[in-house]
Amino acid sequence: MSDFVYVTYIKSTPQKVWNAITTPEFTRQYWGKAMTSDWKPGSKWDMVNLDAGGSVNMTGEILESAPPSLLVISWVKPENRGDKSETSRVTFKIELQGDMVRLDVIHDQLQPGSAMEQGITSGWPRVLSGLKTLLETGNILVDLAAYKGGCSAAA
Amino acid sequence: MVADEDKVFKALADASRRQLLDRLRHKNGQTLQELCEGHDMSRQAVTKHLNLLEEANLVATTKRGREKLHFLNPVPINEIYTRWIGKFEQDRVQALHNLKQALQEKDQ
Repeated sequence: MSDFVYVTYIKSTPQKVWNAITTPEFTRQYWGKAMTSDWKPGSKWDMVNLDAGGSVNMTGEILESAPPSLLVISWVKPENRGDKSETSRVTFKIELQGDMVRLDVIHDQLQPGSAMEQGITSGWPRVLSGLKTLLETGNILVDLAAYKGGCSAAA
Repeated sequence: MVADEDKVFKALADASRRQLLDRLRHKNGQTLQELCEGHDMSRQAVTKHLNLLEEANLVATTKRGREKLHFLNPVPINEIYTRWIGKFEQDRVQALHNLKQALQEKDQ
């Protein structure tokens, strides 16, 4: 199994960072996807494409949820739902450090060399840079709705 | 611990540190011991380089038992990339990169 850890520091508050990850209106701006769920343990979450059909790009379950500091979700393509070997795990840790928020994204339980691994390694740095820019400046880094590469395309 | 851009560029301006990042890209989540193997650098030197990389937020660490694991964190590099490479240039820059890679492979 292979693991990845991504860290970014954002001039913001833990609650704003939590909202930016868990609110579709926010995620569509920097992720180009709508993240939808009630974010309660045991609930389902979906990453929804912004096309007219609103197809689901990625899905999973909420494993742990402690707003605004911890969110752990399972991560699987919709067609592989229920297949443990195709399911990985994403942990968001949000921590106030001085006047900055440290956001850790840990993506583990991935199959080494898989298309999913390739996708997430180009996807997360892009998503986190976009999140930081949006929260700090209110600007969208690139037009991600039009961006076809990276995390979601490989998924 | 807050990484600013100067720290990132300073951390990258050293061949040994870039080599450590290459090794993490090849195999993520290594211990200090693993990163010291096959190196002519001393353990102290590797530790010093890793601390600098961690301060620049280019390396992230987690604890597993008593061991500290090191992960390549490319987020600050992505910020530099998006700062100077606009959305409409990305495809062209990627195409040039692919061309260069293909030509260099041919020559070998």
